[in-house]
Amino acid sequence: MRPILRKSFRGAARATAFHVLGVGIQSGLLLVVALPWLWFVPVSTPGVAASALYSAGVLVLSGPLLSRAQRARFRARLGVDLPAPAGLADRPGTRGIAGWLRSAAGRRQLRYHLLVGPLSWVGGLAVLGLWAVGGAAAGVYLWFWTLPLGWRVDHRGYSTLSAYTTVVGVALLCSTAWLAKGLAQLDTRAARELLGPSREEELARRVADLAESRAGVVDAADAERRRIERDLHDGAQQRLVALAVNLGIAKATLGDMPDDVRKVIDDAHGEAKEAIAELHSLVRGLHPAVLEDRGLDAALSGIAARLPIPVRVAVELSDFRPAPTLEAVAYFVVSEALTNVVKHAQATRAEVAVGRIGETLRVVVSDDGVGGADLAAVTGGTGLAGLAKRVASVDGTLSCRSPVGGPTVVTVELPCAL
Amino acid sequence: MRAVIAEDSVLLRIGVVKVLEMAGFQVCAELADAEGLLAAVEEHRPELAVVDVRMPPGFTDEGVRAALVIRQQFPDTAVLLLSQYVEERYAADLLAAHTTGVGYLLKQRVADVEEFAAAARRVAAGGTALDPQVVAQLLVRRHSDPLDRLTPREREVLELMAGGRSNSGIAAELVLSESAVAKHINSIFTKLDLPRADADHRRVLAVLRFLGVAGA
Repeated sequence: MRPILRKSFRGAARATAFHVLGVGIQSGLLLVVALPWLWFVPVSTPGVAASALYSAGVLVLSGPLLSRAQRARFRARLGVDLPAPAGLADRPGTRGIAGWLRSAAGRRQLRYHLLVGPLSWVGGLAVLGLWAVGGAAAGVYLWFWTLPLGWRVDHRGYSTLSAYTTVVGVALLCSTAWLAKGLAQLDTRAARELLGPSREEELARRVADLAESRAGVVDAADAERRRIERDLHDGAQQRLVALAVNLGIAKATLGDMPDDVRKVIDDAHGEAKEAIAELHSLVRGLHPAVLEDRGLDAALSGIAARLPIPVRVAVELSDFRPAPTLEAVAYFVVSEALTNVVKHAQATRAEVAVGRIGETLRVVVSDDGVGGADLAAVTGGTGLAGLAKRVASVDGTLSCRSPVGGPTVVTVELPCAL
Repeated sequence: MRAVIAEDSVLLRIGVVKVLEMAGFQVCAELADAEGLLAAVEEHRPELAVVDVRMPPGFTDEGVRAALVIRQQFPDTAVLLLSQYVEERYAADLLAAHTTGVGYLLKQRVADVEEFAAAARRVAAGGTALDPQVVAQLLVRRHSDPLDRLTPREREVLELMAGGRSNSGIAAELVLSESAVAKHINSIFTKLDLPRADADHRRVLAVLRFLGVAGA
């Protein structure tokens, strides 16, 4: 019995407080709206018309304010957060009213105030009434016992009756608790539908939020790469160069030494130089300094110069510098695409063209090889599929046209503004 | 021979100083920025200034601008630029104004001690030293067809030649006989419609003129 009671009443106080506030708001509104009808009973046609106009006007004008009050009620009493639809100021006054009414969100809110509002007022009153009745009935048996003993002996039949009444009262209290919670839930559902942002707006907002946070993540990853590049360059790389220089000097100046010693120094010098070269290509793979300092043109020429086949590079951006993240993506697209050309295409030449069309950065890498490259064929973090992922991270598109027999053309388009 | 060096990375500076001393230079001044460099060159009038491209305060192209000033005001001081990466415009700026006593090498070349020492001596003596990477990149930028007629081997020879190597240097690098190198060079000159020239740096100039870098 006790668990059932506890379950019944848990949350009922909150729901009731919610209804009390609702009834208060609605009653206040009703009072203002019904003012002319209470003040004098309009009988003439102009009187009725004017009063009706007044009521309708008050309803519409107070709409935004009412929405705010209702949202505050849901937040304070139920902890339900109903975000105001974006771009819609809930300010009272006539200036914003026309826009408020014209907007779908405004009309939905008005529907809440006209339809759900009165219903929740009735429901709230019913809940309050039932609490009162139930409470009174549940106490009857107690009151009976406060009566004088003589009276109770004379009216023995009432004892049973009052006990029954109390049982009914307790049952009523229980069901009122459920009713209060149920109505609050219904009200919440309606309010979510009508007072909050519509599903479309909510999705639009989610998309905007996600786009922003993703751009942040991509930028952060990029900044991290640049930081690592600088650290490696300022630290390990300088030390390796110093080491190689010392070994080189030892090799060149220590004239007569045993052959095995010379060999050890020779090997060490070679190793140090190889380590420098490896670190260099690692750093280049992270985020080449030339890209940050001098931009795409210089960085892409650098890639082209290292390849065994002739590559033409044409970067036509005049003075435009894309965002660092975009530059990095474009750089890696070209780098990876050219690596693929050398590895798979058996091409004798390749071309890289970078241009800006409106708000789009366009990168085209073409070769005269055997073709047959497939976006789906290369799996894993590298290759065309990996490129496509990196491009997609900045909302870009990658297309690859590569008929068997060639030529292959990889086109990447990156939006300059997110 | 005397030299000054401007390089903001201490470790690398120490290394370069050691190599220069090994190469027979007397290092009169070690500096960390471009402004001090000009004063030091004025004071010491060295045969060679080794200059980092990126230096404080701006970390952009201070070294290149200082190099241009040095070559302009102190014609007896040759300049060897050191760069972390290849920016062919720097090399082009330098070579467009001065075709003798200039060099442009990547920093990591310092580790090839003997080659770096040879390049420093060559530049100090009024020659040229271009990093193979710089030359390769200049070839990429040249939007003209004659280069496509070169065989890969001829491209290699051209790159070494543009770097200031002699025939015997190219032969050693590519493990070829000197006569084979001479044959390749003749073939390159023919394909590129370049007149024959004798001195090493004139060959470089010819190549650079073809590349569209040097105005000379």
